[in-house]
Amino acid sequence: MRAVVTVTGKDRTGIIAKVSNFLWEKGANIEDISQTILGEYFAMIMIVDVSNAKCELAKLAEECTEMGKQIGMTIYLQHEDIFNAMHNV
Amino acid sequence: MFSNNDVLETIAMVQKEHLDIRTITMGISLLPCIRDSAEETATKVYDLVCKKAENIVKTASDLSGEYGIPIVNKRVSVTPVSLITASFPEKSPLIGKALDNAAKTLGIDFLGGYSALVHKSTADYERVFLRTIPEVLASTERLCASVNVGSSKTGINMEAVKMLGEIFKECAQLTKDKDGIASAKLVAFCNAVEDNPFMAGAFHGVGEADTVINVGVSGPGVVKHALEQIPNADLTEVAELIKRTAFKITRAGQLVAKEAAKRLNAQFGIVDLSLAPTPAIGDSVAQILEEMGIETVGGHGTTVALALLNDAVKKGGVMASSRVGGLSGAFIPVSEDIGMIRSAEKGAITLDKLEAMTCVCSVGLDMIAIPGDTPATTISAMIADEAAIGMINNKTTAVRIIPAVGKKVGDEVSFGGLLGRAPVLPVHNCDSSKLINRGGNIPAPIHSFKN
Repeated sequence: MRAVVTVTGKDRTGIIAKVSNFLWEKGANIEDISQTILGEYFAMIMIVDVSNAKCELAKLAEECTEMGKQIGMTIYLQHEDIFNAMHNV
Repeated sequence: MFSNNDVLETIAMVQKEHLDIRTITMGISLLPCIRDSAEETATKVYDLVCKKAENIVKTASDLSGEYGIPIVNKRVSVTPVSLITASFPEKSPLIGKALDNAAKTLGIDFLGGYSALVHKSTADYERVFLRTIPEVLASTERLCASVNVGSSKTGINMEAVKMLGEIFKECAQLTKDKDGIASAKLVAFCNAVEDNPFMAGAFHGVGEADTVINVGVSGPGVVKHALEQIPNADLTEVAELIKRTAFKITRAGQLVAKEAAKRLNAQFGIVDLSLAPTPAIGDSVAQILEEMGIETVGGHGTTVALALLNDAVKKGGVMASSRVGGLSGAFIPVSEDIGMIRSAEKGAITLDKLEAMTCVCSVGLDMIAIPGDTPATTISAMIADEAAIGMINNKTTAVRIIPAVGKKVGDEVSFGGLLGRAPVLPVHNCDSSKLINRGGNIPAPIHSFKN
């Protein structure tokens, strides 16, 4: 089972370190990362395997968003099916 | 696979444009609950609804967390109660109370199905049942009622239409200290559908499986935002863009509906493609029409813009879902749509224009406040007019009208929350009582005889 993590906000040091460390702690495996900086704006999209995550997906998503607030970023974790459904015929 | 832009687009839809799953509605058959006495039946009804839907709130919350899309309402619809209480119709309120209690236990905001299907004529037990509606809606909190008074196949039951005019007034009178909230929980239908997930008109048809999940998606804000990106496009492009947007919105609904049905051990019923507004800014159907190029909704051109919108939403939605049903059309409730409220306050939208709009969209004269001294026969005549539009055009039409007791044109009723607020609109002061008092049936139209 895979999920998509999106991280957006003002660029600063240590964002990737914090997010990837958090995901590691939760048992999620990062499969793909793409990241860009637009001006001062940081945007990163990760594909993570959550099959071995230590908690349920909804809980993990909530914790991700909460962790984001602590580092001043907006973070969402969502099941990949929602994007497959909406953007593929 | 999806692109990064796709991911960001979905997130923007949810965060900025109010994309949500408007309702997950579990349809539950009450037929197995019928017992010899009303008391036993009420107990059975309460137990069955609480058992079948016990996980609906949790499942919706889980799905919402996993997919990152809000699921606004969790609801239940049941078999029309008049069928359950046919042998003790005068005790129907007991069942109504049991259902309201079940809704409270489950933590859902509305439960629909205190309903009767009298589209051809009214049986004795249904006549008794209909008379219980005002008292039941006034004494319950979350229960919704609906009455099907006509259909394209059967014509219009004018006896029921006459009764409903009186019932709407009585509902308003009994709850006058709450702006007539009971009448906002009652819908008169023509061509009612059996798998509608939206309140107040939801009930669980007898042709359905015993437990079904129907989902209503929504996203007027998403459509409006998409249209803002092409301010100078011609209407062919506008229709195309609405179609594409509706496709994406509906796919989200389809995904949630299938997964919810699986987890709740119910059959996946339908996805309802209606664009349903809320009073929140940026979640308005009226503002989509204005974005298309009408200064204020209600102006000339409103009907054609709505026709385009309604059709394009369906075309995109049908492609996106394996089973489409319910009402599937743009809703134009006055009190629940900030654009409609503003237009009504300016006097730009009238009952006549709203009636015209219902010819090209679902569902009808919805959440409209009218002066409290409007005669019951005038309300019945409004219901009959709407039913005629539905009957002749083979579509669902409905009336949910609020006679604002003690109020006149320019005053306002306010319910708060999703039901919103509505300025009192003027009605024609001509007497329609002779027509309504004639009674009888309007015969089915010639084009209904297709066999």
